[in-house]
Amino acid sequence: MGEIEQMKKEAEALKTQIEAARKAVHDTDMASAASGVAPAPRVQLKTRRTLKGHLAKIYAMHWSTDNRLMVSASQDGKLLIWDSHSGNKVNAVPLKSSWVMTCAYAPSGNLVASGGLDNMCTVYNLKTPVIKTVKELDAHTGYLSCARFLSDTEVLTASGDTTCALWDLETGKQKTVFLNHVGDCMCLSLSPDMNSFVSGACDSLAKLWDIRDGQCKQTFLGHTSDINAISFYPGGNAIITGSDDCTCKMYDLRADQEVISYQDAALNSGVTSLALSMSGRLIFAGYDDFNCNIWDSLKGEKVGVLSGHDNRVSCTGVPPDGMCVCTGSWDSFLKIWN
Amino acid sequence: MSTTNNIAQARKLVEQLRIEAGYERIKVSKAAADLMSYCEQHARSDPLLVGVPTSENPFKDKKPCIIL
Repeated sequence: MGEIEQMKKEAEALKTQIEAARKAVHDTDMASAASGVAPAPRVQLKTRRTLKGHLAKIYAMHWSTDNRLMVSASQDGKLLIWDSHSGNKVNAVPLKSSWVMTCAYAPSGNLVASGGLDNMCTVYNLKTPVIKTVKELDAHTGYLSCARFLSDTEVLTASGDTTCALWDLETGKQKTVFLNHVGDCMCLSLSPDMNSFVSGACDSLAKLWDIRDGQCKQTFLGHTSDINAISFYPGGNAIITGSDDCTCKMYDLRADQEVISYQDAALNSGVTSLALSMSGRLIFAGYDDFNCNIWDSLKGEKVGVLSGHDNRVSCTGVPPDGMCVCTGSWDSFLKIWN
Repeated sequence: MSTTNNIAQARKLVEQLRIEAGYERIKVSKAAADLMSYCEQHARSDPLLVGVPTSENPFKDKKPCIIL
């Protein structure tokens, strides 16, 4: 038997082994286990702010760790920094390329980043008298779908070239490249302890990576289409994903499998974005059908909806103190709800 | 050569699967119990779950000042 044939056989045997091992620990699922838990209250949130300022579709937003400032990115070619309390614009960063797909706020509040069809991640310093471009991280061979700062010196990116990368902001070079996805990487989420991250891709898989050794540790199956959104559950033992297959799913990391799926026969729009409330109990998922549905993460039931946008909800975010949820839309507005 | 590439790819796939097969999984019942426990512990301090009192809401509607 040729070497390739042998390895194909071994690969199939290993896949069967993994499936059996997952089945062996599947003594229940999340919804059944949570049947005794009191239902989450019906969640009715009001729009507290409508942030107007972008002139085209909003593609991304990210909260600052100060729970007050946030950055948004629009294909009008701008990043806007907002004071969410007053609703005022604090800063505007003109982008070299208007085809932006992601933006990020550094935990320090000193830097923001953006990227998109230019295949680059551009980092800006907000604290210099005039906002300056600090670095252009240029090595991906596909679009930049997501960027996140670990600190003022390290950035993680996800790209349409099927890789994720860890960059050193001082040298502008990739320190580690995370190779394993076979489809465009669409999203990433850092673990609370910052030692690992998860990525979602167009190969319908979510993967867990060790940031330092670059290794893919676990792969999560179940979705049947592109995974557009991903987030760690607070506490770090589970992840939530949102997909073009119209469902969100929770995967438990230690059981290494899907434990619940958030879906509804009436829902036939893809999930574009998601964010979790502080305890993890509520999932805010943005859909192509202009709504943001609120799910009880333990029982799998829909407990509310945020309606108000006139176009696709493209991004959602909850600040670290959990005081509100922000939705951004192709209708060019951001809304703050609580 | 594409044959060498294919062998390299197949080898990489097998290596990755070996790593994933070696993972020590816990029972879903235990995993679920821990997640439920986490939610319960943090529920009271989850503003979106319990609601934000108007007096403490930084996003409350701004009322115009009336000068009497």
